[in-house]
Amino acid sequence: MTAILRTEKLRVEYRSREMRQATKVALAGLDLEVGAGEVFGFLGPNGAGKTTTMNVLLGFVPPTSGAAYLFGIDVRQPIARQRIGYLPELTYYYKFLTAEELLRFYAKIFGLSRAEMDKRIPELLKLVELEHAAKRPIKSYSKGMQQRVGLAQALINNPDLLVLDEPTSGLDPLGRMKVREIIQRLKNEGKTVFFSSHELGEVQSVCDRVAIIHQGELKAIGRVSDIVGKHANLEEAFLEIIGYSTPATP
Amino acid sequence: MKNIFAVAGIVIKELYRRKDFYVLFIVTILICLVMASVNIFNDAKIVRYLKEICLLLVWLSSLVIAITTTARQIPAERENRTLLPLLAKPLTRPQLIIGKFLGCWLACGLTLLCFYIFFGALAASREHQWPLLNYFQAATLHWFMLGIVVAMTLLGSLVFAAPSSNSTILFVIVGGILFVGRHLDQVALTLHEPIRTIVYSIYFAIPHLELFDVRDLVIHNWPLIPWLYFSLALLYALGYIAIFLTGACLVFRRKAVN
Repeated sequence: MTAILRTEKLRVEYRSREMRQATKVALAGLDLEVGAGEVFGFLGPNGAGKTTTMNVLLGFVPPTSGAAYLFGIDVRQPIARQRIGYLPELTYYYKFLTAEELLRFYAKIFGLSRAEMDKRIPELLKLVELEHAAKRPIKSYSKGMQQRVGLAQALINNPDLLVLDEPTSGLDPLGRMKVREIIQRLKNEGKTVFFSSHELGEVQSVCDRVAIIHQGELKAIGRVSDIVGKHANLEEAFLEIIGYSTPATP
Repeated sequence: MKNIFAVAGIVIKELYRRKDFYVLFIVTILICLVMASVNIFNDAKIVRYLKEICLLLVWLSSLVIAITTTARQIPAERENRTLLPLLAKPLTRPQLIIGKFLGCWLACGLTLLCFYIFFGALAASREHQWPLLNYFQAATLHWFMLGIVVAMTLLGSLVFAAPSSNSTILFVIVGGILFVGRHLDQVALTLHEPIRTIVYSIYFAIPHLELFDVRDLVIHNWPLIPWLYFSLALLYALGYIAIFLTGACLVFRRKAVN
């Protein structure tokens, strides 16, 4: 398996602004490997370190120790980000731009030619079903439409690796289904998708492998079927792995 | 360079799609037209006062646009989280800073162009002459002064979290430099050590924005500034722009953007 994404003993500590408070360990030596063509779910309760991991992978936060690589290139080098697409959670894109202008702006940063932009942008707008609103300013978009324009910008460079931070957060059931369809489609095209989500049913249906982290530590990693094991579903397995015991029913 | 221009293009688009510039431009036009329509004291040379007030409004408006536009750039990117998808692309942090600077500076240049065209038209309607080279020198020096202000504000926006506090601090600093900057050396002479050395150090360290204020050149139709001095002033501005931008890049280099 060719590792597209790899972390080695990744550790991130946040120093407290107040002298007396202890340093907070967001990640404690995380070892992770995601292979080419995999749909990989990255799970954990709030504050587990999922977003911190993504922030390190994308070069937003420097690791305290350890290393992270994308396509074998150290994530601190901007070239490592040439072949990735990233959808952050809850982003409010430039309100004064239209979806088409926004995609053109990001395409310029990837160095796409005018001809490539003219071909790629309508394709993406069609994929995320925003052709009808392409010329409308983003400020007039609903939350679901904003999330879809975010997904389109993540795909502008036809990436080999897609990093999605809670892509279905705040979407209605129809919006979630659309995002799931897009992830499935990308998987069929052989793309690698690395995403975090709290929607465990969704993760179970689209992921090849999952990793569960809790308090900055990797608790489990493997194929979805292996993780679920004897449990009824992924949610039950997840709760047990993070050490949550359901209160006994009277 | 294409990344820098792409970022700059977005900043310019933002300026002309927001209302700030139009409001200030219309207010300036209205005040000047009202003043031009009355001939106070029947003074034939009243046009000088009109030019003075018009240029003062142009200076104030340009400073407001430069500081407020620049101060919100990086904080707005952080607040709306657009910084994340932007930096997840092959765009380096210095490219983002330089792109933001270039966009704000060019946007200021475009607004100045509009203001000076209006000013020229107003003055020409009264004086029936177009001292174009005087206007060129005054507008260019004004624009380079705004370059220093923009670079300084960009650095401030990385140090102070809130755009409002950054804007307020920058207005105080710029106002202070314009009004008292040139007198600091004389003030230092009246002080005792070690305050004297500190004030002298400030005098030599601050960018002397007042050097770029050549409004009298167009108000009184004075002869042109020698081109050598004019070029030196532009180099002086570029030097300070480089210092502030380097500072901004260094501050932003290791800053966590989560």
